[in-house]
Amino acid sequence: MVWRKKKAAVSKEDIYMETQWQLVWRKFKKHKLAMLGATILLILYMVGIFSEFFATQDIAKRSTTAISMAPTKIHFVDEEGDFSLIPFVYGLKQEEDPVTWRKYYTEDTSRKIQLRFFYKGDSYKLLGLIPGDIHFFGTPEPDVFFPFGTDASGRCLYSRVLSALRISLTTGLVGVFFTFILGCIFGGISGFYGGIADTIIQRIIEFLMSMPSIPLWMALAAAFPSTWSSLQTYFAITIILSLIGWTALARVVRGKLLELRNEDFVTAARVSGATDGYIIRKHLLPSFSSYLIVNVTLAIPTMILSETSLSFLGIGLTPPIVSLGVLLQDAQSINTISMYPWMMIPGLFVVIAVLAFNFVGDGLRDAADPYK
Amino acid sequence: MKKYILKRFFYMIVLLAIMSVFAFVVIQLPPGDYLTSYIANLQQQMGQVDEAIVVNLRRQYGLDRPMWQQYFVWMANMFRGDFGESFQWKQPVKDLLISRMPMTVVLSVITLVFAYAVAIPIGIYSARHQYSVGDYLASILGFVGLATPSFFLALILMYYSNRVFGLSVGGFYSPEFQNAPWSFARLWDLCKHLPIPVIVIGLASMANVIRILRATLLDELKRPYVVAARARGLKENTMIYKYPVRVALNPIISSIGSILPSIVSGATVTAIVLDIPTVGSLLYNALLSQDMFLAGASVLMLTAITIVGTFISDILLVVIDPRIRLQ
Repeated sequence: MVWRKKKAAVSKEDIYMETQWQLVWRKFKKHKLAMLGATILLILYMVGIFSEFFATQDIAKRSTTAISMAPTKIHFVDEEGDFSLIPFVYGLKQEEDPVTWRKYYTEDTSRKIQLRFFYKGDSYKLLGLIPGDIHFFGTPEPDVFFPFGTDASGRCLYSRVLSALRISLTTGLVGVFFTFILGCIFGGISGFYGGIADTIIQRIIEFLMSMPSIPLWMALAAAFPSTWSSLQTYFAITIILSLIGWTALARVVRGKLLELRNEDFVTAARVSGATDGYIIRKHLLPSFSSYLIVNVTLAIPTMILSETSLSFLGIGLTPPIVSLGVLLQDAQSINTISMYPWMMIPGLFVVIAVLAFNFVGDGLRDAADPYK
Repeated sequence: MKKYILKRFFYMIVLLAIMSVFAFVVIQLPPGDYLTSYIANLQQQMGQVDEAIVVNLRRQYGLDRPMWQQYFVWMANMFRGDFGESFQWKQPVKDLLISRMPMTVVLSVITLVFAYAVAIPIGIYSARHQYSVGDYLASILGFVGLATPSFFLALILMYYSNRVFGLSVGGFYSPEFQNAPWSFARLWDLCKHLPIPVIVIGLASMANVIRILRATLLDELKRPYVVAARARGLKENTMIYKYPVRVALNPIISSIGSILPSIVSGATVTAIVLDIPTVGSLLYNALLSQDMFLAGASVLMLTAITIVGTFISDILLVVIDPRIRLQ
């Protein structure tokens, strides 16, 4: 007991010496769900950024012998009951239902193919720059191993989901970047100067917040010229998403500025002859940056959901760009999802990513004010 | 109080006016004006179009005038009940909107009522039994509700209702009731089709309401007046529902203004996926086929729902909250 008390005292002293960010990190670590969310996000982003390496094959490659095929089963024990430490898959036989003529695939147990790590497969350019042909996990033989099945053109859904993660998760980031700038500028003007500027900006925010966002996005997105390249539409979509989404952040910035602008340290800076811009940058922004980070984290999942919805409806990103929403376009009809339910897998990734962001945001909110 | 309502009413009119400008911009955005495609259509049907007709049409819609005048012509026509013609449906836009607007409003209102009716008891329960199994279940429901895109939820529910109940999913009615006159059988059919869209649209709002209510009620339960009421021997239930719950409900009522837009948004996507005949799916088809008159009018109608709804909730708040009433 005595020893324990001593230890607590020592660590308390350590806490007094720590910087604000160290304190935030200490508090954040205690939030288990937030740590889980952060881990999941890290994995998703890593896999997304290096999707070519983690994919089993090229995302555009069509396997004519495997159209709309269910996810491949991975085995450890073969037909004879022999156990092998290295997982393997069976080759595939196409069979036809004699009555309905529907084609389906069965496992050809005579062909056993072992899975391998770091094998040489389709060549790619990592991030469009670094050439390579080593894949993390899969089979060197083509057309047998599809962890999430294939789509109606025989493309590997697993590889496509990984590639879609890159687009979908970065749309959120790029969109939030614009949101952040807009929110800081308008919230900053509104809170720092007050008066007429404040009234006008507050009315604009109220106006935007009372609008149903999806119909507005739809109307704006439908107006893009069809001649635009996919990269142009990508940026146009993110800008549209942030044009309507900056309001929440602007409110936080304004509220905090109103609270802080009459503090003694701000008056002191002003008396010492500091310019407005200098005071905002050097004194005001740092004192509520943790709140900004919380709000930015919570804005990303909204962006991801919006992009997915727009792309799913066919007025957001369009092929050849592969995003999670674009992949879900293939799962639009009840016929598709009842016959090929694995086409809904991209939706699960949307849910996982958004959940993870929300967990992290919640943890950050608790940790944002570590002095409490 | 009269002054407050008048002020809010004036504000609503201003918002509607701004929205009409936006809707007009939407109509103008695609290249070419809306008559270009209309005339092209006429040419296809009748071969040659008389130059006089074209000039007349241009004058009728004011296309020979500067942009700001065109806007006022469009507005003036709208006040006379002329929303223009839909090229895709070959019908006046007004008729299309009249056939879909009532169900759109009904669906939004039912969803709103459903979301509150389910969320408020859950919110009160999870605040009173913090960290219980039920509280955790409510939190999970809340998180999943916030994280699942509405169209994806619609797909999943469609899949299961088709598999388990064998219901014909999508739409408001089964095929045999589509054009039948109103009867109890038809009403019952409608009731069977409503749960999926209502759940899909309402889940996100439900999650929001549960979160807000739980947080405010937890704060209220720690207040000294709760302890005082208990100390005087008030029954727990009477105490809870009479004081802290009433206080905690206020932010919920004022949140109608932010929940209604999200319901209209969700209803738009869900209507498209489930093929429900609302203004949302009308807007979608109009945008895809560049039927800009229809698109502009639909955007205006959808936003009008939220603007008018917010106005009504403002008035409700005055009636309920004496602090605003006495200002």
